[in-house]
Amino acid sequence: MTMVQPQSVGIVTPRRAVFDEPLRLKSGGVLPSYELVYETYGELNADRSNAVLVCHALSGSHHVAGTYADDPGNVGWWDNLVGPGKPLDTRRFFVIGVNNLGGCFGSTGPASINPATGRRWGADFPFITVEDWVATQARLADHLGIERFAAVVGGSLGGMQAISWAMQFPERVANVAAIASAPKLTAQNIAFNEVARQAILTDPDFHGGHFYEHGTVPARGLRLARMIGHITYLSDDSLDRKFGRSLRHGRAIYSYDVEFEIESYLRYQGDKFSKVFDANTYLLTTKALDYFDPAFEHGGDLTAALARTTADFLVVSFSTDWRFAPERSREIVYALLHNGRNVSYAEIESSAGHDAFLLADAHYHAVLRSYFERMRP
Amino acid sequence: MSPTYRYDFDVIAGWIAPGERVLDLGCGDGSLLRHLMEVRDVRGWGVENDPANIVACIDNGINVIQVDLEKGLADFQDGFFDHVIMSLSLQTIHNTLGILDEMLRVGHEAVVSFPNFGYRKHRESIAAGRMPVSESLPHQWFDTPNVRFFTIADFDVLCAQSGITVLDRLAFEDGRRVDDDPNLNASMAVYRLVRARQTA
Repeated sequence: MTMVQPQSVGIVTPRRAVFDEPLRLKSGGVLPSYELVYETYGELNADRSNAVLVCHALSGSHHVAGTYADDPGNVGWWDNLVGPGKPLDTRRFFVIGVNNLGGCFGSTGPASINPATGRRWGADFPFITVEDWVATQARLADHLGIERFAAVVGGSLGGMQAISWAMQFPERVANVAAIASAPKLTAQNIAFNEVARQAILTDPDFHGGHFYEHGTVPARGLRLARMIGHITYLSDDSLDRKFGRSLRHGRAIYSYDVEFEIESYLRYQGDKFSKVFDANTYLLTTKALDYFDPAFEHGGDLTAALARTTADFLVVSFSTDWRFAPERSREIVYALLHNGRNVSYAEIESSAGHDAFLLADAHYHAVLRSYFERMRP
Repeated sequence: MSPTYRYDFDVIAGWIAPGERVLDLGCGDGSLLRHLMEVRDVRGWGVENDPANIVACIDNGINVIQVDLEKGLADFQDGFFDHVIMSLSLQTIHNTLGILDEMLRVGHEAVVSFPNFGYRKHRESIAAGRMPVSESLPHQWFDTPNVRFFTIADFDVLCAQSGITVLDRLAFEDGRRVDDDPNLNASMAVYRLVRARQTA
Protein backbone atom coordinates (compact mmCIF):
# COMPACT_ATOMS: atom_id res chain seq x y z
CA MET A 1 0.00 0.00 0.00
CA THR A 2 1.40 3.37 -0.97
CA MET A 3 1.26 5.96 1.77
CA VAL A 4 1.98 9.02 -0.37
CA GLN A 5 -1.33 10.54 -1.41
CA PRO A 6 -1.67 12.40 -4.73
CA GLN A 7 -1.73 15.76 -2.92
CA SER A 8 0.96 14.88 -0.43
CA VAL A 9 4.04 16.98 0.11
CA GLY A 10 5.78 13.61 -0.31
CA ILE A 11 8.93 12.58 1.48
CA VAL A 12 10.20 15.09 4.00
CA THR A 13 13.31 15.40 6.13
CA PRO A 14 13.35 17.00 9.57
CA ARG A 15 15.95 19.67 10.21
CA ARG A 16 17.55 20.91 13.39
CA ALA A 17 18.33 24.42 14.57
CA VAL A 18 20.67 25.13 17.48
CA PHE A 19 20.14 28.18 19.70
CA ASP A 20 23.01 29.18 21.96
CA GLU A 21 21.50 32.37 23.33
CA PRO A 22 20.11 31.63 26.82
CA LEU A 23 16.34 31.49 27.04
CA ARG A 24 14.72 33.04 30.10
CA LEU A 25 11.51 31.17 30.83
CA LYS A 26 8.29 32.51 32.28
CA SER A 27 8.70 30.09 35.21
CA GLY A 28 11.95 31.87 36.10
CA GLY A 29 14.26 29.16 34.84
CA VAL A 30 16.90 29.69 32.18
CA LEU A 31 17.89 27.30 29.44
CA PRO A 32 21.48 28.08 28.39
CA SER A 33 20.97 26.56 24.96
CA TYR A 34 18.52 24.34 23.15
CA GLU A 35 17.73 22.72 19.85
CA LEU A 36 14.51 22.65 17.87
CA VAL A 37 13.61 20.06 15.27
CA TYR A 38 11.40 21.31 12.48
CA GLU A 39 10.08 20.50 9.01
CA THR A 40 9.13 22.80 6.16
CA TYR A 41 6.86 22.28 3.17
CA GLY A 42 6.66 24.45 0.06
CA GLU A 43 8.99 27.29 -0.82
CA LEU A 44 9.61 30.56 0.96
CA ASN A 45 8.86 33.31 -1.59
CA ALA A 46 11.29 36.08 -2.54
CA ASP A 47 9.95 38.64 -0.07
CA ARG A 48 9.59 36.00 2.65
CA SER A 49 5.93 36.82 3.16
CA ASN A 50 4.28 33.43 2.65
CA ALA A 51 5.37 31.56 5.77
CA VAL A 52 2.76 29.77 7.87
CA LEU A 53 3.63 28.31 11.26
CA VAL A 54 1.65 25.26 12.36
CA CYS A 55 1.71 24.80 16.15
CA HIS A 56 1.12 21.36 17.55
CA ALA A 57 -1.04 20.17 20.42
CA LEU A 58 -0.31 17.80 23.31
CA SER A 59 0.76 14.74 21.38
CA GLY A 60 1.78 16.34 18.08
CA SER A 61 5.17 17.06 16.63
CA HIS A 62 7.05 18.89 13.89
CA HIS A 63 5.88 16.17 11.49
CA VAL A 64 2.83 17.98 10.15
CA ALA A 65 2.69 16.58 6.62
CA GLY A 66 4.25 14.05 4.28
CA THR A 67 6.11 10.89 5.10
CA TYR A 68 9.67 9.73 5.74
CA ALA A 69 11.75 7.77 3.22
CA ASP A 70 12.68 5.22 5.88
CA ASP A 71 9.23 5.16 7.48
CA PRO A 72 6.56 5.54 4.78
CA GLY A 73 3.74 4.70 7.19
CA ASN A 74 4.56 7.71 9.36
CA VAL A 75 2.24 10.31 7.82
CA GLY A 76 2.24 13.83 9.30
CA TRP A 77 -0.49 14.58 11.83
CA TRP A 78 -2.18 17.27 9.74
CA ASP A 79 -1.47 15.79 6.31
CA ASN A 80 -5.12 16.16 5.30
CA LEU A 81 -4.77 19.95 5.62
CA VAL A 82 -1.27 20.67 4.37
CA GLY A 83 -0.08 19.87 0.87
CA PRO A 84 -0.22 20.90 -2.78
CA GLY A 85 -3.87 21.72 -3.55
CA LYS A 86 -4.95 21.14 0.03
CA PRO A 87 -6.66 23.85 2.13
CA LEU A 88 -3.27 25.04 3.39
CA ASP A 89 -1.74 24.88 -0.07
CA THR A 90 2.01 24.34 -0.13
CA ARG A 91 2.12 25.63 -3.71
CA ARG A 92 1.38 29.08 -2.24
CA PHE A 93 2.60 28.86 1.32
CA PHE A 94 5.83 27.93 3.05
CA VAL A 95 4.60 25.86 5.97
CA ILE A 96 6.66 25.17 9.07
CA GLY A 97 6.11 22.54 11.75
CA VAL A 98 8.27 22.60 14.87
CA ASN A 99 8.58 20.20 17.78
CA ASN A 100 8.06 22.34 20.85
CA LEU A 101 10.74 22.84 23.46
CA GLY A 102 10.35 20.18 26.15
CA GLY A 103 9.04 17.78 23.54
CA CYS A 104 10.09 14.22 22.90
CA PHE A 105 10.40 14.07 19.12
CA GLY A 106 13.86 15.58 18.73
CA SER A 107 13.76 19.07 20.25
CA THR A 108 15.49 19.68 23.56
CA GLY A 109 13.40 18.15 26.32
CA PRO A 110 13.50 16.22 29.58
CA ALA A 111 15.24 13.26 27.92
CA SER A 112 18.05 15.52 26.64
CA ILE A 113 21.34 15.91 28.47
CA ASN A 114 21.49 18.76 30.97
CA PRO A 115 24.82 20.42 30.13
CA ALA A 116 25.26 21.45 33.79
CA THR A 117 25.24 17.88 35.06
CA GLY A 118 26.03 15.73 32.05
CA ARG A 119 22.94 13.70 32.90
CA ARG A 120 19.46 13.68 31.42
CA TRP A 121 17.27 16.53 32.63
CA GLY A 122 14.38 14.33 33.69
CA ALA A 123 12.25 16.05 36.31
CA ASP A 124 14.76 18.93 36.51
CA PHE A 125 13.77 20.23 33.10
CA PRO A 126 12.28 23.67 33.73
CA PHE A 127 8.57 24.30 33.44
CA ILE A 128 7.65 25.55 29.98
CA THR A 129 4.70 27.77 29.13
CA VAL A 130 2.84 28.55 25.94
CA GLU A 131 4.56 31.95 25.96
CA ASP A 132 7.97 30.23 26.10
CA TRP A 133 7.10 28.08 23.11
CA VAL A 134 6.12 31.17 21.16
CA ALA A 135 9.40 32.85 22.12
CA THR A 136 11.37 29.86 20.80
CA GLN A 137 9.27 29.71 17.64
CA ALA A 138 10.07 33.38 17.07
CA ARG A 139 13.76 32.58 17.32
CA LEU A 140 13.27 29.80 14.78
CA ALA A 141 11.57 32.34 12.53
CA ASP A 142 14.62 34.61 12.92
CA HIS A 143 16.83 31.65 12.05
CA LEU A 144 14.80 31.04 8.88
CA GLY A 145 14.79 34.75 7.96
CA ILE A 146 11.05 35.17 8.47
CA GLU A 147 10.16 38.63 9.74
CA ARG A 148 6.40 38.16 9.70
CA PHE A 149 4.19 35.11 9.33
CA ALA A 150 1.35 35.18 6.84
CA ALA A 151 -0.42 33.03 9.42
CA VAL A 152 0.10 31.12 12.62
CA VAL A 153 -2.26 28.16 12.87
CA GLY A 154 -3.00 25.64 15.56
CA GLY A 155 -5.62 23.37 17.05
CA SER A 156 -6.25 22.85 20.77
CA LEU A 157 -3.01 23.67 22.61
CA GLY A 158 -1.66 24.70 19.20
CA GLY A 159 -4.44 27.27 19.00
CA MET A 160 -3.31 28.69 22.34
CA GLN A 161 0.15 29.20 20.85
CA ALA A 162 -1.37 30.89 17.81
CA ILE A 163 -3.35 33.27 20.06
CA SER A 164 -0.27 33.94 22.15
CA TRP A 165 1.68 34.78 18.99
CA ALA A 166 -0.75 37.57 18.26
CA MET A 167 -0.23 38.99 21.77
CA GLN A 168 3.54 38.49 22.09
CA PHE A 169 4.55 39.46 18.56
CA PRO A 170 1.66 41.43 17.06
CA GLU A 171 3.92 42.88 14.36
CA ARG A 172 5.11 39.43 13.29
CA VAL A 173 1.83 37.70 12.47
CA ALA A 174 -0.77 38.79 9.91
CA ASN A 175 -3.37 36.07 10.51
CA VAL A 176 -4.17 33.66 13.30
CA ALA A 177 -6.31 30.55 12.96
CA ALA A 178 -7.22 29.22 16.41
CA ILE A 179 -9.07 25.95 16.05
CA ALA A 180 -10.82 23.96 18.81
CA SER A 181 -8.96 26.14 21.27
CA ALA A 182 -9.60 28.12 24.44
CA PRO A 183 -8.37 31.28 26.16
CA LYS A 184 -7.89 29.18 29.31
CA LEU A 185 -8.80 25.78 30.62
CA THR A 186 -11.81 25.27 32.86
CA ALA A 187 -11.56 23.58 36.25
CA GLN A 188 -12.97 20.40 34.73
CA ASN A 189 -10.32 20.48 32.03
CA ILE A 190 -7.49 21.01 34.55
CA ALA A 191 -9.01 18.17 36.56
CA PHE A 192 -8.63 15.77 33.63
CA ASN A 193 -5.01 16.84 33.24
CA GLU A 194 -4.39 16.33 36.94
CA VAL A 195 -5.77 12.78 36.88
CA ALA A 196 -3.50 12.05 33.92
CA ARG A 197 -0.51 13.52 35.74
CA GLN A 198 -1.25 11.57 38.90
CA ALA A 199 -1.32 8.38 36.84
CA ILE A 200 2.25 9.14 35.75
CA LEU A 201 3.56 10.59 39.00
CA THR A 202 2.40 7.59 41.04
CA ASP A 203 3.76 4.98 38.65
CA PRO A 204 6.59 3.21 40.56
CA ASP A 205 8.61 3.25 37.33
CA PHE A 206 8.50 7.07 37.23
CA HIS A 207 11.23 7.47 39.87
CA GLY A 208 10.47 11.11 40.47
CA GLY A 209 11.00 11.83 36.79
CA HIS A 210 14.49 10.29 36.65
CA PHE A 211 13.35 6.99 35.19
CA TYR A 212 15.89 7.19 32.36
CA GLU A 213 18.69 6.44 34.84
CA HIS A 214 16.75 3.52 36.24
CA GLY A 215 16.27 1.98 32.83
CA THR A 216 12.50 2.08 33.30
CA VAL A 217 9.57 3.77 31.57
CA PRO A 218 6.41 4.72 33.50
CA ALA A 219 4.38 3.03 30.80
CA ARG A 220 1.44 2.18 33.04
CA GLY A 221 1.03 5.82 34.05
CA LEU A 222 1.38 7.13 30.52
CA ARG A 223 -1.04 4.53 29.29
CA LEU A 224 -3.67 5.54 31.83
CA ALA A 225 -3.04 9.22 31.11
CA ARG A 226 -3.64 8.64 27.43
CA MET A 227 -6.74 6.52 28.05
CA ILE A 228 -8.30 9.30 30.12
CA GLY A 229 -7.31 11.88 27.53
CA HIS A 230 -8.75 9.84 24.70
CA ILE A 231 -12.16 9.62 26.34
CA THR A 232 -12.27 13.38 26.61
CA TYR A 233 -11.18 13.96 23.01
CA LEU A 234 -14.16 12.02 21.69
CA SER A 235 -17.85 12.64 22.17
CA ASP A 236 -20.39 10.41 23.85
CA ASP A 237 -22.05 10.01 20.45
CA SER A 238 -18.89 9.13 18.55
CA LEU A 239 -17.88 6.50 21.12
CA ASP A 240 -21.35 5.06 20.99
CA ARG A 241 -21.41 4.95 17.21
CA LYS A 242 -17.92 3.50 16.97
CA PHE A 243 -18.15 0.91 19.74
CA GLY A 244 -21.55 0.93 21.35
CA ARG A 245 -21.71 -2.00 23.74
CA SER A 246 -20.02 -4.38 21.31
CA LEU A 247 -18.60 -7.38 23.10
CA ARG A 248 -15.52 -9.12 21.82
CA HIS A 249 -16.95 -12.54 22.70
CA GLY A 250 -20.52 -11.70 21.80
CA ARG A 251 -21.55 -12.20 25.41
CA ALA A 252 -20.30 -11.47 28.92
CA ILE A 253 -17.49 -13.82 30.01
CA TYR A 254 -17.12 -12.27 33.47
CA SER A 255 -13.49 -11.27 33.16
CA TYR A 256 -11.29 -8.19 33.57
CA ASP A 257 -9.67 -8.93 30.23
CA VAL A 258 -11.01 -7.04 27.24
CA GLU A 259 -14.72 -7.68 26.83
CA PHE A 260 -16.21 -4.46 25.52
CA GLU A 261 -14.64 -3.15 22.30
CA ILE A 262 -14.22 0.30 23.86
CA GLU A 263 -11.88 -1.33 26.39
CA SER A 264 -9.83 -2.82 23.60
CA TYR A 265 -9.64 0.52 21.82
CA LEU A 266 -8.53 2.44 24.89
CA ARG A 267 -5.92 -0.15 25.82
CA TYR A 268 -4.56 -0.13 22.28
CA GLN A 269 -4.36 3.67 22.19
CA GLY A 270 -2.75 3.76 25.64
CA ASP A 271 -0.18 1.11 24.77
CA LYS A 272 0.72 2.75 21.47
CA PHE A 273 1.17 6.14 23.11
CA SER A 274 3.23 4.86 26.04
CA LYS A 275 5.75 3.40 23.59
CA VAL A 276 6.43 6.67 21.75
CA PHE A 277 5.80 9.47 24.23
CA ASP A 278 7.90 10.74 27.10
CA ALA A 279 6.25 10.90 30.52
CA ASN A 280 8.04 14.09 31.54
CA THR A 281 6.98 15.78 28.31
CA TYR A 282 3.41 14.76 29.04
CA LEU A 283 3.61 16.30 32.50
CA LEU A 284 5.22 19.52 31.26
CA THR A 285 2.79 19.91 28.40
CA THR A 286 -0.34 19.40 30.47
CA LYS A 287 0.97 22.00 32.92
CA ALA A 288 1.56 24.42 30.05
CA LEU A 289 -2.08 23.90 29.09
CA ASP A 290 -3.23 24.53 32.65
CA TYR A 291 -1.14 27.68 33.10
CA PHE A 292 -2.25 29.36 29.88
CA ASP A 293 -4.52 32.25 30.85
CA PRO A 294 -3.53 35.52 29.18
CA ALA A 295 -6.45 37.32 30.82
CA PHE A 296 -5.10 36.57 34.31
CA GLU A 297 -2.70 39.54 34.25
CA HIS A 298 -5.60 41.74 33.18
CA GLY A 299 -7.90 40.90 36.07
CA GLY A 300 -9.57 38.20 34.03
CA ASP A 301 -10.45 40.60 31.22
CA LEU A 302 -9.70 38.75 27.98
CA THR A 303 -10.67 41.77 25.90
CA ALA A 304 -7.95 43.78 27.65
CA ALA A 305 -5.47 40.93 27.17
CA LEU A 306 -6.14 40.81 23.44
CA ALA A 307 -5.95 44.59 22.99
CA ARG A 308 -2.33 44.25 21.85
CA THR A 309 -3.22 42.03 18.93
CA THR A 310 -3.38 43.36 15.39
CA ALA A 311 -3.76 40.12 13.41
CA ASP A 312 -6.89 39.03 11.60
CA PHE A 313 -8.39 35.96 13.26
CA LEU A 314 -10.27 32.88 12.24
CA VAL A 315 -11.73 30.96 15.17
CA VAL A 316 -13.25 27.53 14.65
CA SER A 317 -14.96 25.21 17.10
CA PHE A 318 -16.82 21.90 16.88
CA SER A 319 -20.31 21.31 18.19
CA THR A 320 -19.58 18.16 20.23
CA ASP A 321 -16.15 19.22 21.52
CA TRP A 322 -16.61 19.24 25.28
CA ARG A 323 -12.89 19.44 26.10
CA PHE A 324 -12.45 22.74 24.20
CA ALA A 325 -16.10 23.65 23.92
CA PRO A 326 -17.56 26.19 21.47
CA GLU A 327 -18.24 28.49 24.45
CA ARG A 328 -14.48 28.85 24.97
CA SER A 329 -13.94 29.74 21.32
CA ARG A 330 -16.73 32.31 21.54
CA GLU A 331 -14.91 33.99 24.42
CA ILE A 332 -11.96 34.49 22.09
CA VAL A 333 -14.20 35.72 19.27
CA TYR A 334 -16.01 38.35 21.31
CA ALA A 335 -12.86 39.55 23.05
CA LEU A 336 -11.34 40.15 19.60
CA LEU A 337 -14.50 41.70 18.21
CA HIS A 338 -14.74 44.12 21.12
CA ASN A 339 -11.22 45.22 20.30
CA GLY A 340 -12.45 45.94 16.79
CA ARG A 341 -10.35 43.16 15.27
CA ASN A 342 -11.15 41.38 12.08
CA VAL A 343 -12.45 38.04 13.25
CA SER A 344 -14.53 35.29 11.72
CA TYR A 345 -15.99 32.38 13.62
CA ALA A 346 -17.31 29.06 12.38
CA GLU A 347 -18.94 26.50 14.64
CA ILE A 348 -18.71 23.22 12.77
CA GLU A 349 -21.41 20.58 13.23
CA SER A 350 -19.53 17.40 14.01
CA SER A 351 -20.07 14.30 16.09
CA ALA A 352 -16.33 13.69 16.53
CA GLY A 353 -15.65 15.73 19.68
CA HIS A 354 -12.33 17.50 20.15
CA ASP A 355 -10.59 15.22 17.66
CA ALA A 356 -12.74 16.74 14.90
CA PHE A 357 -10.07 19.38 14.35
CA LEU A 358 -7.79 16.69 12.93
CA LEU A 359 -10.43 15.24 10.59
CA ALA A 360 -11.21 16.33 7.04
CA ASP A 361 -14.85 17.35 7.42
CA ALA A 362 -15.86 18.98 4.11
CA HIS A 363 -17.33 22.17 5.58
CA TYR A 364 -14.51 22.60 8.08
CA HIS A 365 -11.92 22.30 5.35
CA ALA A 366 -13.94 24.60 3.07
CA VAL A 367 -13.78 27.28 5.79
CA LEU A 368 -10.02 26.87 6.16
CA ARG A 369 -9.48 26.75 2.40
CA SER A 370 -11.40 30.00 1.93
CA TYR A 371 -9.54 31.66 4.77
CA PHE A 372 -6.14 30.76 3.34
CA GLU A 373 -7.14 31.51 -0.25
CA ARG A 374 -8.17 35.01 0.76
CA MET A 375 -4.66 35.73 2.03
CA ARG A 376 -2.40 37.51 -0.40
CA PRO A 377 1.07 36.82 0.95
CA MET B 1 -29.85 37.51 -0.73
CA SER B 2 -31.12 38.47 -4.14
CA PRO B 3 -29.19 41.16 -6.00
CA THR B 4 -32.63 42.59 -6.86
CA TYR B 5 -32.51 44.30 -3.49
CA ARG B 6 -29.56 46.53 -4.21
CA TYR B 7 -31.85 49.53 -3.66
CA ASP B 8 -32.20 48.35 -0.08
CA PHE B 9 -28.40 48.55 0.15
CA ASP B 10 -28.31 52.11 -1.14
CA VAL B 11 -30.91 53.31 1.35
CA ILE B 12 -28.96 51.72 4.18
CA ALA B 13 -25.68 53.20 2.98
CA GLY B 14 -27.36 56.63 3.02
CA TRP B 15 -28.00 56.28 6.76
CA ILE B 16 -24.48 55.26 7.66
CA ALA B 17 -21.58 57.60 8.28
CA PRO B 18 -18.08 56.83 7.04
CA GLY B 19 -15.98 54.67 9.35
CA GLU B 20 -18.86 53.41 11.49
CA ARG B 21 -18.92 50.04 13.21
CA VAL B 22 -21.67 48.00 11.62
CA LEU B 23 -23.16 44.64 12.53
CA ASP B 24 -25.23 42.90 9.86
CA LEU B 25 -27.52 40.19 11.21
CA GLY B 26 -28.30 37.48 8.69
CA CYS B 27 -25.62 38.86 6.42
CA GLY B 28 -25.92 36.16 3.75
CA ASP B 29 -22.81 36.12 1.59
CA GLY B 30 -21.70 39.48 2.99
CA SER B 31 -22.75 41.55 -0.07
CA LEU B 32 -24.24 44.38 1.97
CA LEU B 33 -21.22 44.67 4.24
CA ARG B 34 -18.96 44.52 1.21
CA HIS B 35 -20.98 47.40 -0.27
CA LEU B 36 -20.83 49.41 2.95
CA MET B 37 -17.08 48.84 3.24
CA GLU B 38 -16.66 50.10 -0.30
CA VAL B 39 -18.94 53.16 -0.15
CA ARG B 40 -18.73 54.06 3.57
CA ASP B 41 -15.44 52.49 4.68
CA VAL B 42 -17.23 50.86 7.61
CA ARG B 43 -15.74 48.39 10.06
CA GLY B 44 -18.13 45.53 9.49
CA TRP B 45 -19.02 42.19 11.02
CA GLY B 46 -21.70 39.84 9.78
CA VAL B 47 -23.71 37.28 11.67
CA GLU B 48 -24.82 34.10 9.97
CA ASN B 49 -25.82 30.58 10.94
CA ASP B 50 -25.80 28.97 7.51
CA PRO B 51 -22.58 27.02 6.84
CA ALA B 52 -22.53 27.86 3.12
CA ASN B 53 -22.91 31.57 3.88
CA ILE B 54 -20.06 31.40 6.41
CA VAL B 55 -17.78 30.16 3.66
CA ALA B 56 -19.19 32.72 1.18
CA CYS B 57 -18.46 35.57 3.60
CA ILE B 58 -14.91 34.40 4.15
CA ASP B 59 -14.51 34.19 0.36
CA ASN B 60 -15.78 37.78 0.17
CA GLY B 61 -13.30 38.92 2.79
CA ILE B 62 -16.08 39.74 5.25
CA ASN B 63 -15.84 39.13 8.99
CA VAL B 64 -18.56 36.63 9.80
CA ILE B 65 -19.53 35.23 13.17
CA GLN B 66 -21.63 32.12 13.44
CA VAL B 67 -24.54 32.82 15.77
CA ASP B 68 -28.04 31.43 16.04
CA LEU B 69 -30.05 34.66 16.10
CA GLU B 70 -32.92 32.94 17.88
CA LYS B 71 -30.57 32.76 20.87
CA GLY B 72 -30.01 36.53 20.79
CA LEU B 73 -26.85 38.58 20.90
CA ALA B 74 -25.92 37.99 24.55
CA ASP B 75 -22.17 37.95 23.89
CA PHE B 76 -22.14 41.38 22.25
CA GLN B 77 -21.42 44.42 24.44
CA ASP B 78 -23.99 47.18 24.89
CA GLY B 79 -23.65 49.99 22.39
CA PHE B 80 -20.59 48.58 20.61
CA PHE B 81 -21.96 49.21 17.13
CA ASP B 82 -23.10 52.42 15.49
CA HIS B 83 -25.58 50.54 13.36
CA VAL B 84 -27.03 47.07 13.61
CA ILE B 85 -28.68 45.98 10.38
CA MET B 86 -31.11 43.24 9.61
CA SER B 87 -31.82 43.26 5.91
CA LEU B 88 -34.84 41.17 4.85
CA SER B 89 -34.35 38.69 7.69
CA LEU B 90 -36.62 39.92 10.50
CA GLN B 91 -39.49 37.85 9.09
CA THR B 92 -37.37 34.69 9.48
CA ILE B 93 -36.93 35.14 13.27
CA HIS B 94 -39.44 33.79 15.79
CA ASN B 95 -38.49 36.13 18.61
CA THR B 96 -39.22 39.40 16.79
CA LEU B 97 -39.32 41.70 19.80
CA GLY B 98 -36.36 39.96 21.42
CA ILE B 99 -34.11 40.54 18.44
CA LEU B 100 -35.23 44.16 18.04
CA ASP B 101 -34.42 44.77 21.71
CA GLU B 102 -31.03 43.16 21.24
CA MET B 103 -30.27 45.19 18.11
CA LEU B 104 -31.00 48.40 20.00
CA ARG B 105 -28.95 47.22 22.95
CA VAL B 106 -25.74 46.44 21.02
CA GLY B 107 -26.17 49.28 18.52
CA HIS B 108 -27.05 52.94 18.76
CA GLU B 109 -29.39 52.60 15.82
CA ALA B 110 -31.00 49.68 14.08
CA VAL B 111 -31.82 49.32 10.41
CA VAL B 112 -34.47 46.80 9.52
CA SER B 113 -35.97 45.92 6.18
CA PHE B 114 -38.73 43.41 5.53
CA PRO B 115 -41.21 42.37 2.88
CA ASN B 116 -44.61 44.00 3.34
CA PHE B 117 -47.26 41.33 3.63
CA GLY B 118 -49.90 44.05 3.19
CA TYR B 119 -48.72 44.91 -0.33
CA ARG B 120 -51.61 45.11 -2.81
CA LYS B 121 -50.48 42.10 -4.83
CA HIS B 122 -50.18 40.05 -1.66
CA ARG B 123 -53.70 41.08 -0.62
CA GLU B 124 -55.02 40.18 -4.06
CA SER B 125 -53.42 36.79 -3.82
CA ILE B 126 -54.96 36.13 -0.41
CA ALA B 127 -58.31 37.42 -1.66
CA ALA B 128 -58.05 34.92 -4.48
CA GLY B 129 -57.47 32.22 -1.91
CA ARG B 130 -53.74 31.62 -2.34
CA MET B 131 -50.70 32.54 -0.29
CA PRO B 132 -48.72 35.26 -2.06
CA VAL B 133 -45.61 34.51 -4.08
CA SER B 134 -43.89 37.62 -5.38
CA GLU B 135 -40.56 39.29 -5.91
CA SER B 136 -40.41 40.22 -2.22
CA LEU B 137 -41.95 36.93 -1.02
CA PRO B 138 -40.35 34.55 -3.49
CA HIS B 139 -41.02 31.27 -1.69
CA GLN B 140 -43.96 28.93 -1.66
CA TRP B 141 -45.76 28.59 1.67
CA PHE B 142 -44.25 25.13 2.22
CA ASP B 143 -40.62 26.05 1.69
CA THR B 144 -40.42 29.63 2.92
CA PRO B 145 -37.78 30.52 5.50
CA ASN B 146 -40.19 33.18 6.76
CA VAL B 147 -41.93 32.48 10.05
CA ARG B 148 -43.52 35.89 10.73
CA PHE B 149 -45.90 37.53 8.25
CA PHE B 150 -46.59 41.20 8.96
CA THR B 151 -47.37 44.48 7.29
CA ILE B 152 -45.85 47.94 7.49
CA ALA B 153 -48.84 48.97 9.63
CA ASP B 154 -48.27 46.02 11.95
CA PHE B 155 -44.62 46.93 12.38
CA ASP B 156 -45.46 50.57 13.11
CA VAL B 157 -47.79 49.43 15.89
CA LEU B 158 -45.15 47.11 17.33
CA CYS B 159 -42.59 49.91 17.43
CA ALA B 160 -45.02 52.33 19.07
CA GLN B 161 -45.97 49.74 21.69
CA SER B 162 -42.37 48.73 22.38
CA GLY B 163 -40.66 52.04 22.99
CA ILE B 164 -38.96 52.06 19.61
CA THR B 165 -38.80 55.34 17.72
CA VAL B 166 -38.93 55.25 13.93
CA LEU B 167 -36.37 57.83 12.72
CA ASP B 168 -36.88 57.11 9.05
CA ARG B 169 -38.97 54.82 6.94
CA LEU B 170 -38.64 54.31 3.22
CA ALA B 171 -40.96 52.05 1.27
CA PHE B 172 -40.47 50.53 -2.15
CA GLU B 173 -42.35 48.68 -4.82
CA ASP B 174 -39.85 46.56 -6.64
CA GLY B 175 -37.12 49.17 -6.42
CA ARG B 176 -39.22 52.31 -6.86
CA ARG B 177 -39.88 54.64 -3.92
CA VAL B 178 -43.48 54.58 -2.67
CA ASP B 179 -44.81 57.56 -0.72
CA ASP B 180 -48.54 57.10 -1.24
CA ASP B 181 -50.07 54.59 1.22
CA PRO B 182 -47.01 52.41 1.55
CA ASN B 183 -48.87 49.70 3.48
CA LEU B 184 -50.88 49.07 0.32
CA ASN B 185 -48.46 50.07 -2.41
CA ALA B 186 -45.05 49.00 -1.16
CA SER B 187 -43.64 45.49 -1.40
CA MET B 188 -40.81 46.23 1.00
CA ALA B 189 -39.88 48.77 3.68
CA VAL B 190 -36.65 49.89 5.30
CA TYR B 191 -36.71 51.39 8.78
CA ARG B 192 -34.19 53.35 10.81
CA LEU B 193 -34.93 52.74 14.47
CA VAL B 194 -33.71 54.01 17.79
CA ARG B 195 -34.67 53.27 21.36
CA ALA B 196 -37.22 55.87 22.49
CA ARG B 197 -35.73 58.24 25.05
CA GLN B 198 -36.81 57.47 28.57
CA THR B 199 -38.85 60.30 30.06
CA ALA B 200 -38.29 61.14 33.69
